[in-house]
Amino acid sequence: MAKITKANSVGEWFDQRLNTTALNKVMMTEYWIPKDINFLWAMGVVLAVTFKLLIISGIFLLMYYKPDVNLAFDSVNYTIMQEVKYGWLFRHMHGVAASVIFLIIYIHMFTGIYYGSYKKGREMIWISGMLLFVTFSAAGFSGYMLPWGQMSYWAASVITNLFAGGSLEAWGLVEWIRGGFTVNDATLTRFFMLHVFLLPLAIIGIIALHFYSLRIPHVNTQNSEELDFDAEAEKYLAGNKKSAKVIPFWPVFLSKDFAVLSVFLIFYFYLVFFHFGFAMDPVNFDPADNLKTPAHIYPEWYFLWSYETLRGPFFDMFGMKAADIGLIIFGLAQGIFLVFPFLDRDPDILPAHKRPLFRIWFWIMIIDLIILSVFGKLPPLAVTEGTWYQIYFDNAHIGFYATILFLLLWAALPIITRIDAKRRGAV
Amino acid sequence: MSNNTNRRSFIGFSFAAVAAAGGVGALVGMKQAWDPLPSVLAGGFTKVDLSTLKAGDPITVEWRGKPVFILKKTAQMEKSDRDLVVGSDRFTVVIGLCTHLGCIPAWKKENWKCACHGGAFDASGKQVFGPPPKPLILPQFSINGTALVLGETGPEYKKLLTAQA
Repeated sequence: MAKITKANSVGEWFDQRLNTTALNKVMMTEYWIPKDINFLWAMGVVLAVTFKLLIISGIFLLMYYKPDVNLAFDSVNYTIMQEVKYGWLFRHMHGVAASVIFLIIYIHMFTGIYYGSYKKGREMIWISGMLLFVTFSAAGFSGYMLPWGQMSYWAASVITNLFAGGSLEAWGLVEWIRGGFTVNDATLTRFFMLHVFLLPLAIIGIIALHFYSLRIPHVNTQNSEELDFDAEAEKYLAGNKKSAKVIPFWPVFLSKDFAVLSVFLIFYFYLVFFHFGFAMDPVNFDPADNLKTPAHIYPEWYFLWSYETLRGPFFDMFGMKAADIGLIIFGLAQGIFLVFPFLDRDPDILPAHKRPLFRIWFWIMIIDLIILSVFGKLPPLAVTEGTWYQIYFDNAHIGFYATILFLLLWAALPIITRIDAKRRGAV
Repeated sequence: MSNNTNRRSFIGFSFAAVAAAGGVGALVGMKQAWDPLPSVLAGGFTKVDLSTLKAGDPITVEWRGKPVFILKKTAQMEKSDRDLVVGSDRFTVVIGLCTHLGCIPAWKKENWKCACHGGAFDASGKQVFGPPPKPLILPQFSINGTALVLGETGPEYKKLLTAQA
């Protein structure tokens, strides 16, 4: 047993029992972050805080929400929105945070892609991050069902239908997921459980893994310089703070993060108070009705690009049904980002502006994802009469071209990264 | 290998086997907890009396949360191998969800037209215009006199299903 003496302070009392001084050093004051970074490196902390906002606002919603098909809609739209003091605030905070967290996730992801922060020992950072993307997507989808409005019901209906696997017609699986022939009370209660318990628990666990995966390879830098963290830390601790290439996580790095975080929170609360409407689809203010479909069913903005890859192929090809091809591409789109580190065949870690072909690839991918998102929101109109221009550049065709481009980009990735590496003389 | 190693690996394998059996059992239980409840399954049948229908005027009934269109055909309407023949009457019985993206089409004089993307189905439920890839789907049913029971699989249903394929 450790030797316990009379403590002279509360801090010392805890230190003797929990080793808090050493813990604080390892986790905070001697956890080293490189200096050569910019504001994009603050997105992790922004995400952690947004997740916290979701939990806090969620707890307050949970106290009045009722997961029952007869009560859910009114418990949200009447009880929480009109009776509970500041209930509207918690709902708008929750809805807006759920939307902007995906904006920050995308920025965080593409920062990683741009600077090559997913390879040479950083693969687990990338993979755990993509697992977070998947669990957050599941949390977003399950939460969207809870207000039990028209879009809640029909989005749940369309997405669970996907599990039939197109021509495989696996309706048994769909009915198992729903706990009934259609989306029903059992579906609502099980997705409620997933949304408020299992998924947040999984997310917290994966966040811990994500943070831990940074420990060994450390954070990447703007110019991907390989640092001797021990030597640089020694310099810093000896008082050579200027020449040291690292800073401690606390208080130096976090104080800079807090500056970025402040800007983000001003933007976030501006949306919460003045522009919450973008996260509140008007169709969802009609109660769910299984005998009336909304004119046009679409997901929230952050799922639009993958939704469009599902709809993109609208005619049969290679002896396969259009819907099956769409489903295959959709499945591929969900998983392909996970294996990014293994598709990039350039052995060097470099920012995209030092990798000529990859830089072009990066920006075309961003533009393609934006095009897919825009056309994912528009109705899939197919024009059959008119000039060639009207026929071949209607909504359905542009969505199709963007889907094909999306596939071609992934096919090209291993090749162009290899060419970049060869020209540099790295392979 | 010494006797000790053998004994240890035997104990290890036994432990793994017991744990695996327990794990599989737990998974089966969890899977069944998510199955549709008996009350949900029992509610999966809808009875309709076909003798009350007026020719040319389709009705919509709810079956398993989905709309089902039932149309008694008039003499002028084209015959089809999808027709359910009861006595001297011909009926169209289909699930009222567009085979394109699942919207509910509405009856307009002699066609079901979908407001979502313009698809149209004739009085036999066959797609005649727009994006729908296949005819409206047949629900499972059985016939007893003029009583139609949706959810049961009768010989008439199987006959229509093979006629369609």
